Amino acid sequence: MRLRPWHMLIVIVVLTLVSTWISLPGQTLDVAGIKQDVTVHEGLDLQGGVQVLLKAEPAPGQRLDSDVLNGTRNAVERRVNGLGVNEPVIRTRGNDEISVELPGVNDIPDCLKDGNGADCTPAELQIDSNGDGTPEHQLQDADGNGTLDCLEDGNADDCRLPGLGAERAVRVLQRTALLEIIDPQGSFLPEGTRVRTSLNPNDTGEETAETPAASPEASPVASPEAATAGDSPTGPVYNTIIAGDDLKDAFVNYNQVGQMVVGFQLNGDAASRFYDFTSTHLGQPMSIVIDKEVISSPVINGAISNEGVIEGVPPAQVRDLVLQLKAGALAVPLKVVQSRTVGPTLGQDSIDRSLIAGIIGLGTVALFMVLYYRLPGVLSVVALLIYTSITFALFKLIPVTLTLAGIAGFILSIGMAVDANVLIFARLKEELRTGRTLSSAIEAGFDHAWPSIRDSNISSMITAAILYWFGRYTGASIITGFALTLFVGVAVSMFTAITVTRTFLRLMVDAGMARHRSWFGLVDEPTPAPSPAD
Amino acid sequence: MDHLAGKRNLWYAISTIVIIPGLLGLIIFGLQLGIDFTGGTNWNLKFDRSIETEEVRAVLEEHGFDGSVVQVSSQDGGKDNVAVINMKELQQGSPEKQELEQALRSQIGNFDELEIVSVGASVGNEISRRAIFAVFLASIGVITYIAFAFRNTQNPALYGIAAIVAMLHDVVVVLGVFAILGKVANVEIDALFVTAILTVIGFSVHDTIVVFDRIRENLARRAAPTFEGIVNYSLAQTVVRSLNTSMTVIFTLMALYLFGGESTKNFVLALLIGVVSGTYSSIFNASQILVSWETGEIQRLFRRLTGKGAGPAMAPSR
Repeated sequence: MRLRPWHMLIVIVVLTLVSTWISLPGQTLDVAGIKQDVTVHEGLDLQGGVQVLLKAEPAPGQRLDSDVLNGTRNAVERRVNGLGVNEPVIRTRGNDEISVELPGVNDIPDCLKDGNGADCTPAELQIDSNGDGTPEHQLQDADGNGTLDCLEDGNADDCRLPGLGAERAVRVLQRTALLEIIDPQGSFLPEGTRVRTSLNPNDTGEETAETPAASPEASPVASPEAATAGDSPTGPVYNTIIAGDDLKDAFVNYNQVGQMVVGFQLNGDAASRFYDFTSTHLGQPMSIVIDKEVISSPVINGAISNEGVIEGVPPAQVRDLVLQLKAGALAVPLKVVQSRTVGPTLGQDSIDRSLIAGIIGLGTVALFMVLYYRLPGVLSVVALLIYTSITFALFKLIPVTLTLAGIAGFILSIGMAVDANVLIFARLKEELRTGRTLSSAIEAGFDHAWPSIRDSNISSMITAAILYWFGRYTGASIITGFALTLFVGVAVSMFTAITVTRTFLRLMVDAGMARHRSWFGLVDEPTPAPSPAD
Repeated sequence: MDHLAGKRNLWYAISTIVIIPGLLGLIIFGLQLGIDFTGGTNWNLKFDRSIETEEVRAVLEEHGFDGSVVQVSSQDGGKDNVAVINMKELQQGSPEKQELEQALRSQIGNFDELEIVSVGASVGNEISRRAIFAVFLASIGVITYIAFAFRNTQNPALYGIAAIVAMLHDVVVVLGVFAILGKVANVEIDALFVTAILTVIGFSVHDTIVVFDRIRENLARRAAPTFEGIVNYSLAQTVVRSLNTSMTVIFTLMALYLFGGESTKNFVLALLIGVVSGTYSSIFNASQILVSWETGEIQRLFRRLTGKGAGPAMAPSR
């Protein structure tokens, strides 16, 4: 099936308009507000973000070696990925610290990101991190004209509450989130009770320091006599039935009355253990404990095997807890030593200069193409612009996180897009030299250039796909950033080089506009094909 | 242009001459690994005034701390007044540190030291090893695809292998140049260098396949009586295109090198070397390897190396 050239032209024009519209920055020409969520994702190296330094504080008796620290690092990484931050950098520092870099997490309140402060509540415009009731920072409307001072220049770039971005990150990263379901030995443990459990009985959660060293040798298995003892961390050691490691999955769920709860699934082994426990303890309470603090103590109404919910978590914390449970508990409790917002690695000046250099470079390429290939060169420059617009729109839609590595992949794909055009025009020239008419030379040129464009681009895509899969699998974000942009770029370039350039040329011929051979860079009259050397 | 394939031993010799010093450099000196690979020191300074990334970088570089990454951050109500510096190991109380502090004070302004701490590598050994394995897997993927695309030729696997050999040639050239630059000019490789190598790999294979495609087409048309003749003819047809494509890429890279930011210079340099080498290797190595194989030269060389033809009596005669 082949579309007529002018039908194809309509398709190309529509595609170009749509992708240009998507590529335009911000809310330019965005009437219906569809574009709001479509933004360029930039890595920390390009846009800056939040940097958090966490220090491991092992509970008394807990070992902290490089394995434990690395395990904790991995749990932190899983949580960060769950936060939806792209291309985070998480590394260990010294013997007991973990540094986390979160690109794009900035200090601008979410409600201001649309450039309008009307929908903000006062609480969203201030930050009170020490909780003394007096905000350390506040965005104000000092001149009382109804617009926040920082918004008067029309954008929210300078509406910053120092420390705001770090806050959410810290909230999610710091909590140990060790989930346990314990057997309270028939007694009802009220919410907020601090307990000791058979899982690391010396650790009583946050209040570690205050734990009296009274009974460090307590048996890991709770004795029935101790079951009546109350809510003191020095009390009985309750038996842990299920621990965080037993979770297969955690998710946000809703209970019968529509409250947000944390749903969870257990893996096979734990499910049968849980079934045994619940079926023999019908009518008795069990307690759900996080970081040694009782969250809720529901009564067992029936045997449960692999699924359940945790009620009693404040709705605002449900999502964070799900994230933490999914990522697994931290092997060692962490304390935030420092958190701050940083600028781009390269510095804005460096990025600006590279951008200008890129434009100069592409301009030179365009000039070269026009001078060397004449009319087809002009067409290919137009095709290249369409290519850039479509690719960039896809980067925004997918979305692809742009890092320096990603930009390298993009530049390479531009090179390959130019190459496809060069291949076609070189063939076109050859065909013209053999004395063909323009329209038949165009068709023959494309047909002959196609196998090499196809094979070279498919190998590039295979390389990109394998690198992407591998980078994804191993968490090497440099590799994925590069591979993804290269893959998208090459795929689009196959379309633009073949379809767009070809359609343009056909239309020119149909319209009788391309009659002069000099427009194709030929000065001589038709000559026979060069005879094979040798 | 007529006898490109006839002079193949010359082309191999040129490649060898280029590669040997780099390879020796690589073996003897190795690459100068930057802090992305080795870890280093994280040094945070709060200045009395607003600072810019480049001015701090420049001072560090003058005192031998090349490849430092400087980020600017705001603190205590100041704007852009904090420099977060990731640099090579800087010991607390060392003379280097005193010297650096003095230079920063005199050239930029007074500052308070907020923190100095050693940091781990962001591109650990693990990631480098993974990258190498990923490239290995990708090579197998490419060889398989090329073998499929060239299934109508006599020796499909040969094309894939020749393309990969040419690619390895380019990677070794870039690594070698940077090993020498590391020794001579203290140029360090960073995380971006890994990206540059990946890019060179992509470009090299792409460029080679375009030339091979012509050979495939001319083989099918029996454009010349001998295989060598066909390769020659194909190279003559594609050399302009190869150069044109490379020129466009080189234009872009030159612009980035000359006008772009300081911190991406080495990255662009690696790409430039890789692209030039990639263009050379697809014309003068990959295609010539095909000829050498088809004429049996490679097989003879192997026989000689493995000792089967060790006796002078069995040495191949030309």
